[in-house]
Amino acid sequence: MLRSYLPALIMLAISVANAIFMVVLSTVLSPGGRTKVKSAPYESGMDPLGGTRERFSVKFYMVAILFIVFDVETVFLLPWAVSLRPLGWEGFASAMIFIFILTVGLVYEWKKGALEWD
Amino acid sequence: MQQNVSQLQPLGDTGFLIASLAKVILVFSVLMVVVALLTLLERKVSAWMQDRLGPNRVGPGGLGQPLADGIKNILKEETNPAEANGVFFTLAPMLSIIPALITFAVIPFASPLRLGNSVVPMVVADVPVGVLFLLAFSSLGVYGIVIAGWASYNKYALLGGLRAGAQMISYEIALGLALMSVFFVVGNVSLPEVVYRQQEMNLWFALPFSVSFLFFWIASFAETNRLPFDLPEAESELVTGYHTEYSSMKFSMFFIAEYAHVLTVSALMATLFLGGWDIPGWGRDDMLGFDARGQWVGARPEWWLTLLTFGMFAIKTFFFIMVFMIVRWTVPRFRYDQVMDLGWKVMLPAALAAVVVTAATVLALDSFGVQVTDRWLRIFPTYGLVLTAVNGVMLALVLWVLDKGHVLSGTGAMEAKRAHAQELARRRTARVPVGGAAQP
Repeated sequence: MLRSYLPALIMLAISVANAIFMVVLSTVLSPGGRTKVKSAPYESGMDPLGGTRERFSVKFYMVAILFIVFDVETVFLLPWAVSLRPLGWEGFASAMIFIFILTVGLVYEWKKGALEWD
Repeated sequence: MQQNVSQLQPLGDTGFLIASLAKVILVFSVLMVVVALLTLLERKVSAWMQDRLGPNRVGPGGLGQPLADGIKNILKEETNPAEANGVFFTLAPMLSIIPALITFAVIPFASPLRLGNSVVPMVVADVPVGVLFLLAFSSLGVYGIVIAGWASYNKYALLGGLRAGAQMISYEIALGLALMSVFFVVGNVSLPEVVYRQQEMNLWFALPFSVSFLFFWIASFAETNRLPFDLPEAESELVTGYHTEYSSMKFSMFFIAEYAHVLTVSALMATLFLGGWDIPGWGRDDMLGFDARGQWVGARPEWWLTLLTFGMFAIKTFFFIMVFMIVRWTVPRFRYDQVMDLGWKVMLPAALAAVVVTAATVLALDSFGVQVTDRWLRIFPTYGLVLTAVNGVMLALVLWVLDKGHVLSGTGAMEAKRAHAQELARRRTARVPVGGAAQP
C-alpha cells in the first residue's frame, strides 16, 4: 500500500525543515564580520601552502570502481536472498554461478594489486 | 490462552493520518532529545573510563550540558572560508543530518498498540521495503561528508572526506552481505517481520547468524566513523577531518548526525539480531500485524505490552550504544591500509563465503523437512540450533584461521609477538660470553 510511505515523507519534510532552520538560525545569530585572516583555510595556524585542488591518490578512484561492482552484486543478490526458500536449489545454483564470476573478478583485482595500500 | 483477534482491524484513513502525524512528531522529538543526551553520555562515559568526573556543573549531574552546548553553538560566530564553495559548503551539513534523522522511521520500537478494535503499528513508516529504505538513506550520508571535505577548500578536510568516502563505501558491501542471511530465513525485508520471525524461531538471530552479526557490528563502526575506524577525523593527523572548517551550528549538525547515526545503527542491530522489542522466552508478545487478507497474525496486542516491549527495545539499543562508547576508549585507531585490508581482504570474502554456506544450510534444512517452529525435546528450536552450529564453526574459522592474528586480534597479539622477540634477543645476548660468566 502506498499510504504506508506517507509518514516517511512527513518525516523527510520535518528533517529537511529542521536542517534549513538550523542553518538559517545560526547564520542570522552569528556575530562578527569577515577578515582576510579569519577566512583563510585552516592549516594549523601557518600560512596556507599551495592550493588544495591538487591531484590525490588514484587508489580512491580504484576503491570507488570496485565498490560499484560489488555493491551491484549485493543489489542483485538481495532479491535472491529474500526468495531463497521458494526458489530452492536451482536458484541457489544460479546464484553460485553469479557469485563465482564476481569472485574471479575479486581474485584478479587482488593479484593485480588493486587492493594494496602502501 | 484463547484470544479473540478476529475483530481487530487496521486504522481508517483519517485515523491513520492522525496516528502518523503523532508518531512522526513523537519519534522526531524523542530522537533529538536522545541524541542530545547521547552527547552528554559520551562525555560521561569518557570521564568514567578515564577516572574523572565529566561535565557536572550545568543542572543536576550535568544534565543541562547538552542544552547549554546547543545554545552556545547557535550563538557562536560562523566562519566561512573565502575560497570555499558557498553552496556546497552550506549543503553538506544538511545532507549529513537529513538521512541520519530520517532512517529511524522504519525501525519498529514497540509491539503494536491497540486502541479499541483498531491497531496502530509502533513504527513510523511500516513500509514494505523496510531495510532497503534504511540502507538507501544511510548510504546518502557519505555525500554530506565527501562534499563537506571537498567544498571546504582545506587540505585536512579534503583528506578526511576522501578517507571517509573510501572507508564508508568499502564497509557498505560487507554490511549488505551481512544482512543477506537474515533475509534467507525471514523471506522479507520488512523489519516488523524480522522481529516476528525471531519470536517464532524462539531464538534471536545473533546466534544462528553469528558471523553476519559480527560483520554487521564491525561494519557499523566503520559506517559511523567511530573508533577504531575514525580515520576521517583522526585528530593527530587531520585536525578534525572533514569538518575542520565548520563552526557554530553547522559543526553541530555534523555532530548531531553522527550521534543520530549511532542511535539508528544500534536500534537496527537490536532489531535485526537481538529480537527488537521481543521479550525473551515469553510467547504472549509474539505478534506480527495484518497479513495480506487483513487477518491478524500473532497474539492480541495490549497497551501494557507496548510499554513493556518499548522498555525492552530501549535496553537492547542502550546496550549497543554503550558498546560504541566503551570501545572508543579501549581500542586504538587503525592504520588506513589495515582498514582497507580488513574491509576488502577479510570481510568481503568471508561475508561472501558465509552467505553461500548459510544459504546452503537453510536449503538443506528445508530439504530435510525441518520447520522453523520445530522443537527438539520440545524446548530447543531445531532450525536455529543447526544454523547456530554451522555459524559457530564459521566464526571460529574467521577468528582464528582466516585472520591469523593480523587485524582482529589487534594490539594484544602484537604485544605478545614483541615480548617473544625480546625474550629471544635476551637469550641470544646472554649466550654471548662463551665459556665465561654472563655480565651482570
